[in-house]
Amino acid sequence: MTYRALELLNLPPDEPAFLLDIGCGSGLSGEILDEEGYNWIGVDVAPSMLEVALEREVEGDLFLQDIGQGFGFRPGSFDGAISISVIQWLLNAETSHPTSSPPHRLTRFFTTLHSALRNPSRAILQFYPTSDDQIQLITSIAQKAGFGGGVVVDYPNSKKAKKVFLCLFVGSGGQQIPKGLDGEDTEVQEGRAAFEKRREKSGKKDKNGKRRGIKDKDWILKKKELYRQRGKESVPRDSKYTARKRKPVF
Amino acid sequence: MVRLITHNLLACHAKGCTTNNFPLQLKDVTIELREAEFNPDFVSGFLSRLEWTALVNAAKELGDTSLPPELPDMVDDDLLKNLHHVLLEIHIDEGSMICPNCGHSYPISNGIPNMLLAEHEIG
Repeated sequence: MTYRALELLNLPPDEPAFLLDIGCGSGLSGEILDEEGYNWIGVDVAPSMLEVALEREVEGDLFLQDIGQGFGFRPGSFDGAISISVIQWLLNAETSHPTSSPPHRLTRFFTTLHSALRNPSRAILQFYPTSDDQIQLITSIAQKAGFGGGVVVDYPNSKKAKKVFLCLFVGSGGQQIPKGLDGEDTEVQEGRAAFEKRREKSGKKDKNGKRRGIKDKDWILKKKELYRQRGKESVPRDSKYTARKRKPVF
Repeated sequence: MVRLITHNLLACHAKGCTTNNFPLQLKDVTIELREAEFNPDFVSGFLSRLEWTALVNAAKELGDTSLPPELPDMVDDDLLKNLHHVLLEIHIDEGSMICPNCGHSYPISNGIPNMLLAEHEIG
């Protein structure tokens, strides 16, 4: 996943870059960044994970920091930022304090991230949204913070392999949103209609709002015809009484 | 591990602390030297992003005076090597960083700086 994020980051080849790993955790992606020869800084909110990262002896500097509180990096510090499976955690409110509300935390995160990145550069944030609303909230706040870009979905038809990447651009300059992976359905999520329960239901009810029975006259005639074709014996004749309801006994 | 390259990028991010919040002052630090691979392209590419005076002062505090007080116009190999040493090989292990403006102290323990803020300090 880190490799895919780096690919989306689209850094100029053969140039040493200085990256920010948001939510570096135990340093899994940091090891890959080391391998690829990047200098990086990692931040995470969990001290226990950072200790694991220390034991791995990754090259980057590690910070204990809550990304919802914003970064203190000077403007233009980084050539790019990646984040693997992290920013969905910003959607949880831990206390009732106003600075703990998800929109506030997201705003703080995106504005400080935007200023910490160079112009032009990119941030690739992979995350697991639980609904389309969440994607919309996150992208709208990112746009308010000054980012361009959008959402790229890899393997949108697979439940397991589906990955949502938020590709954010600092500065313009004709940057294109990269395509998601997958042979048959490579469209970007924004172009797709949202799932609507209303449409799913329609067709089951008639004009008066009553549910139409599934086994109506047409259905019964079709079945009888089918049985006759198959040579089944004792299929009742069709008559005007076919598929009529019996009268109640009383 | 806080290297000086990181220290040179860090400013205080507490609420209302927007001016004079850089560089963070180092206090009671213990340092450790670790060799790192020398990459001249990276170091020279990073020159434009450095605050030179802040870097020289921080290096002096840690007992390294190999850097000239002014950034010379001509950048030669020796300077890059010294810069590489200062930026990437000096690690701050313990101590704290203090904001010159609001006085907020960011403790460093086991090489990891604690940048968490209390609720009333979040901007």
